[in-house]
Amino acid sequence: MPAVTETIETVQSMTESTYKWGFETDIEMEFAPKGLNEDIVRFISAKKNEPAWLLEWRLRAFAVWKTMEEPRWAAVKYPPIDYQDSYYYAAPKEKVGPKSLDEVDPELLKTYAKLGIPLREQEILAGVEGAGSTPAEGRMPIAIDAVFDSVSVATSYKERLGKEGIIFCSISEAVQNHPDLVKKYLGSVVPQGDNFFAALNSAVFTDGSFVYIPKGVRCPMELSTYFRINAKSTGQFERTLIIADAGSHVSYLEGCTAPMRDENQLHAAVVELVAMDDATIKYSTVQNWYPGDAEGKGGIYNFVTKRGACRGARSKISWTQVETGSAITWKYPSCILQGEDSVGEFYSVAITNNYQQADTGTKMFHIGPRTKSTIVSKGISAGHGQNTYRGLVRIGAKATAARNFTQCDSLLIGDLCGAHTVPYIENRCVSAKVEHEATTSRIAEDQLFYCRQRGLTQEEAVGLIVNGFCREVLKELPMEFAVEAQKLLQISLEGSVG
Amino acid sequence: MLRIEGLTAEIDGKEILKGIDLEVPTGEVHAIMGPNGSGKSTLSYVLSGREGYEVTAGTATLNGVDILAMEPEERAAAGLFLAFQYPVELPGVGNATFLRTALNAVRKGRGESELDAMQFLKLARQRMTALSMPEDMLKRGVNVGFSGGEKKRNEILQMALLQPSMAILDETDSGLDIDALKIVSDGVNAMRGPNFSALVITHYQRLLDYIVPDRVHVLMAGRIVKSGGPELAKELEAQGYASVQAAA
Ligand SMILES: Nc1ncnc2c1ncn2[C@@H]1O[C@H](COP(=O)(O)OP(=O)(O)OP(=O)(O)O)[C@@H](O)[C@H]1O
Ligand SMILES: [Mg+2]
Repeated sequence: MPAVTETIETVQSMTESTYKWGFETDIEMEFAPKGLNEDIVRFISAKKNEPAWLLEWRLRAFAVWKTMEEPRWAAVKYPPIDYQDSYYYAAPKEKVGPKSLDEVDPELLKTYAKLGIPLREQEILAGVEGAGSTPAEGRMPIAIDAVFDSVSVATSYKERLGKEGIIFCSISEAVQNHPDLVKKYLGSVVPQGDNFFAALNSAVFTDGSFVYIPKGVRCPMELSTYFRINAKSTGQFERTLIIADAGSHVSYLEGCTAPMRDENQLHAAVVELVAMDDATIKYSTVQNWYPGDAEGKGGIYNFVTKRGACRGARSKISWTQVETGSAITWKYPSCILQGEDSVGEFYSVAITNNYQQADTGTKMFHIGPRTKSTIVSKGISAGHGQNTYRGLVRIGAKATAARNFTQCDSLLIGDLCGAHTVPYIENRCVSAKVEHEATTSRIAEDQLFYCRQRGLTQEEAVGLIVNGFCREVLKELPMEFAVEAQKLLQISLEGSVG
Repeated sequence: MLRIEGLTAEIDGKEILKGIDLEVPTGEVHAIMGPNGSGKSTLSYVLSGREGYEVTAGTATLNGVDILAMEPEERAAAGLFLAFQYPVELPGVGNATFLRTALNAVRKGRGESELDAMQFLKLARQRMTALSMPEDMLKRGVNVGFSGGEKKRNEILQMALLQPSMAILDETDSGLDIDALKIVSDGVNAMRGPNFSALVITHYQRLLDYIVPDRVHVLMAGRIVKSGGPELAKELEAQGYASVQAAA
């Protein structure tokens, strides 16, 4: 049997049993009634004790959303979503900080354990008092804002960050404690009516993270959020806002796994980044939501709007993403390069296996002079997976000497999958330079055999070769994430071993 | 000990091996010589389990165990190593990562403990020094951009790390400069001992001056047509394969 055939079969034999993190935590939920209307928007806002301006803001978004239609231009197919058949608010009841892990809901702890989260981080995640004051030895300290379902269960390292004047909290807390910052920046990068999903998010977002790094501060640790989608049929509408003031620097990690379930789940997050003069924001994502079973049943619909504004001169925003999960991924982390000499980067690995569909890429808007962008996209398709890179590089008339370099590589495993590259380039500036390179390749039989002759199993060989293919992107990830991501790549392409 | 009996094999319906009988006792090094296209590499692929090569008859056992029924990685764990005639490039895969993954996979398969990064590095450095390989080769992609000779040396490095009980070296000498030939041969000779056997495929008698074989076999058109001591290689060098063919 030729290697390619076997690889196809290996890949095809993947079942939901290979999704190691499919489980559901049973924590008492407080639900808003099913459906979406103005009352629900008011309910959410009231639950969160929001100021009037924010309720107004949400209602405006809702009004716009009602007039909008779901986008259809992406190369993804899915049955119509019934927006009235979903819950838009769910919160775990437990609110007071436990004294030790013994007091934490054991279900929650089990969830963390299955996620492979180290004990210390579990404590932090669960909001155990005093946890996280001393970072584990030899590790870069990580501050975690755990989004368990919709409400942040815990935030950590607050004190240490507080000393530097850094604000890292849930967006709900930010609304209460730092309303001026929120009011000033919320929607300033992704306006309420930006697109259908962003409008929906603006109307009903329940929680997310808020970060403010003051002038000249280099954030002493990686900031991290573990996203979890937990309640059945609860759409997730995270809202993240990160502001890096002049000369500051921050690295933010977003990682997610989700429980297995049959119904498709909608996830429509919005992430807004703002970088002022000489500020740098590095935003890294490892996305591993339930992709659906081998027949394509179930799985998360991931419709995300992520955008960063390089407002200041010499500012830099760097997106790195490893997308292995979700049934559908619709995601274009973008950079608005406004400040002169500002830099935008997009490093992406997207895997589609079985019946997964990914339409992902980036948009780089060059507005200021000498702005620079780099795009490196690695798409891997296996099974019946469909992988589309969709990118836009727009260079405005004033973006003199702007530069873009784009590299899109596709790796195909098997004959039933597809890879597509859709690069749009709009250049209104003669002095700008835009370069685009694209390749498509397959894992060669001799590569697999070479690895297997050296003792690696077929899966390990595929994993190793795929990791090699993605190296340029993986090396952009913070160390801890890189290891996790490498494992994920292999798991996502693993057959039922044996 | 490697024992092959009546082995026939085909690829894409074409019979290449037409009944091979061969025994390499433990501790011995045998050489295989033969004209281009006679089936030498095919034999090495069949023994190591490459896909597409179909065994139609015969047996092959390594230390008494039937290897033909095993997956390639199981054969590797069982102690079989193939130094490729054309080592394969793995872009983006660091040589160190590859070597360590392979070593640990094989060790795991043999029920031995895995080496951590530090232990591995120490061992790898040792072996590389012995093969006069610069350390930066660990950082580069597997065989990517390696010169012909460097690739061959990298194969021997892998052998030195994986410590097989049976190594097949498929034209490891071709492409090596004079010094490299000596270094690589020393690498192979260093492994010789009561628990190591090798099948050295080569076109040149010169290699056998360095790695002196216990036996030399001539493979022609899918069959071993002649076997003898090291002097057979010298004979071939002088007279070519025509003489053997005429005799066979
Ligand atoms: N897919 C294939 N279909 C048909 N014939 C094949 C195929 N692959 C290899 N062969 C043939 O099998 C024969 C043996 O090849 P092999 O590579 O084993 O020779 P070799 O003895 O190693 O030669 P060399 O000394 O040149 O390395 C050759 O004639 C080759 O053309
Ligand atoms: Mg050959």
